[in-house]
Amino acid sequence: MPESLEITLPALHRGRARVLAPCHLSLAPGEVVALVGPNGAGKTTLLQAIAGLAPERARLCLGGRALDRAEIGFLPQAFAVRAGLSVLDCLLLGQREALGLRVAPRLIAEAEALLCQLGLADLADRAMHDLSGGQQQRVLIAQRLFRRPKLLALDEPTSALDLHHQLEVMALLRTQAQTTSAPVLAALHDLSLAARYADRVLVLAGGQIEADGAPEAVLTPERLAQHWRIAPEILRARDGKPVIVPHLSPALVPDR
Amino acid sequence: MTARPGPVSGAAPAPAPVSALERWRARAARQGAAVLIAALALAAFALLDLMTGPSGMTPGALLQAALAGPEGSERAAATIFWQIRLPQLCMGLIVGASLGLAGLLMQTILANPLASPFTLGFSAAAGFGAALAIMGGALVPLPLPGWLLTPALAFAATLAATALVWLVARLRGTAPETLVLAGIAVMFFFQSAQSLMQFMASPEVLAQIVFWLFGSLLKANWVAVSVSGTILLACLPFLVRDLWALTSLRLGETHAAALGLDVAALRRRAFLITALLTAGAVSFTGTIGFVGLIAPHVARALVGEDHRLGLPAAAIAGALILIAASVTGKALSQGAAIPVGIVTAVAGVPMLLAVILTKKGV
Repeated sequence: MPESLEITLPALHRGRARVLAPCHLSLAPGEVVALVGPNGAGKTTLLQAIAGLAPERARLCLGGRALDRAEIGFLPQAFAVRAGLSVLDCLLLGQREALGLRVAPRLIAEAEALLCQLGLADLADRAMHDLSGGQQQRVLIAQRLFRRPKLLALDEPTSALDLHHQLEVMALLRTQAQTTSAPVLAALHDLSLAARYADRVLVLAGGQIEADGAPEAVLTPERLAQHWRIAPEILRARDGKPVIVPHLSPALVPDR
Repeated sequence: MTARPGPVSGAAPAPAPVSALERWRARAARQGAAVLIAALALAAFALLDLMTGPSGMTPGALLQAALAGPEGSERAAATIFWQIRLPQLCMGLIVGASLGLAGLLMQTILANPLASPFTLGFSAAAGFGAALAIMGGALVPLPLPGWLLTPALAFAATLAATALVWLVARLRGTAPETLVLAGIAVMFFFQSAQSLMQFMASPEVLAQIVFWLFGSLLKANWVAVSVSGTILLACLPFLVRDLWALTSLRLGETHAAALGLDVAALRRRAFLITALLTAGAVSFTGTIGFVGLIAPHVARALVGEDHRLGLPAAAIAGALILIAASVTGKALSQGAAIPVGIVTAVAGVPMLLAVILTKKGV
C-alpha cells in the first residue's frame, strides 16, 4: 500500500528575513493539496525549498527512503522559455536521464501519447519560443508529468491559462494524482479553484502554516478577511464546493 | 437507389496522420544531411586551402608531394606541402572547431546569443601573455625558444584569466550576468596591461606583438597542431557526457535545475572546457575573432538546439569559416596572405548584424 510523503522543512528565509517557521507536512498518496496565502506569505520559498532550489532545503521521505531532488516535478512561477526547442524535444527532456545519443522510439511514442492526452498534439513540432504563455505553461506541466515524479510541486500552475484550460489542467492534475499516487502540491491564488479541486488547503500566513484542512473548513470569511483583507462573499457551486467572490473591505475603500 | 456515404468523387483520400516518431526520424535525417553537406563543404575548402598559396604550385605537384611523403625527392615541394600547408590546414581545422565548440558552450551556459569565448577576456589574456613573452624574450635570454615560450605564456595567461573570472563570479553565485561582468572587467584589465606593454616596447618588439595579435595560421607547425589537437580531443568525452544536460540548459536555468540538473556544476565544467579550447586555439595562432560568435548561430540554423548534432555542427561551422577565411586571405593577397584574424573580423561584422536583426529566441 502506498505510503504518505513526509516533508520536513527548516526555517525558511528570503534574504535575511524569516518567511516561514520550521514545519512538517504529510501528503497522502494521490492527494491534491492547495497552498494558498497572500503575497509574500512564503509559498514560492516553500516550494523552492521542497524542490531543493532554495538555500534551505526540505527533507522528503517516502516509505522510509529519502527522495532525491530529481524525483520532484517542480514547476517554477517564472516559466517563460525562450529556446527554439520543439514541444516534443521539451517533453523528452523530462526524461533527460533516460536519453542517449539515440532516443528510444518508446519514449517518443509515450511523449506523443501524453501530448494527445493533454490536447497539445498539434503543437508537437512548434518551437517553444513561438508559443503563447498559456501554451508554454501547459507544455511545461506536461514535461513535469512525463518525468513521472514522486511529487508534483507547482508554483501557480494556472497563472497564464484561460478559464477553460485552468479547469482542464486542474482536472488533469487530480486524475494524474489518483492514477499515479504521486501527490500534488500547488500554490494557487484563485481560492475558488483551490476549493474546487484540492482535497486539502494549506494557508500560509504570518510566517507559519496558519490552517490546514478541507477547503470548506479552512476558507472561512473570517480567515479571508484577516489574511487577504477582503470582505468575501462565499457562494456554493452545484457540487456544494465554496465559490469565493472577493469584495474590497469597506475599511480599505478610499473616500471619494 | 440509396446514396452511400463515401469520398467525394475525384477527391484524393486524406493522408494518414504521420506519427511523432516518423516526423522525429524525418527531422533527424534532414539535420544529418545538413551536417553532412557542411562537412563536404569543409572538405572542399580544405582541398582549396592546400592548393592555394604564394608558391604557385600546381595541384599535380601538390598531389605528388603528398604521395611522396615528407621525405620525398622534390625537397621544395615536400617542404611546402608537409611543413607549411598541411600543418596550417590542420591548425585551421583544429582552431576553427575549438572556437566553434567554445562559442556554443559559452552561448549555452550564459544564455546569451552574443557571447563568445572572447566575451570573458580569454583572448585579451592570451594577447597579454604573448606580449609578455615577446617582450621578455627581447630583454633577457630565456630558457625556452620564442616559438614555444609565446604560446606557453599565452596559454598560461588564458587559464589565469579563467581562474580570475571564476573566482570573482563565485562571490555572487556564478550567475550568467555575474560571469559576463567579471569577464568584461578581466578583459579590460588584460587589454590595458597589453596596451601598456605595447607603449613601452621598442619598434621591433611592437611589430612582433602586433603580428601575433593579428591571428594567423602562418605560425602553425606540427608541435602546435599536436598540442591544440590533443586539447580538443581531450575535451570531447566531457562534451559527449553533457550533451543532454546542455540541451536542457536551453530551457533556462530554473527549468534545467527543476529537471534535477546541477546547473552550477555543469556551468563550471563547460566554463573550464571553454577556457581550455580557447587557450589551445589562440595560444599558437593569436586572436581570431568572430568564429566563436558566428559558428554556433550557423549550427543552430542547420540543426536546431539539440546539442547531439549542435556540437558537431558548431565544430564543422567554425572550421569551415576559418578555412574559408584562410583561402580568402591567400587569394586576396598573392604575395603575403592576409592573416585569417583580419578576414574573420571583417567578414564577421555583417554576420553579427544578421544575427542581431534576425534573432528570435535565446
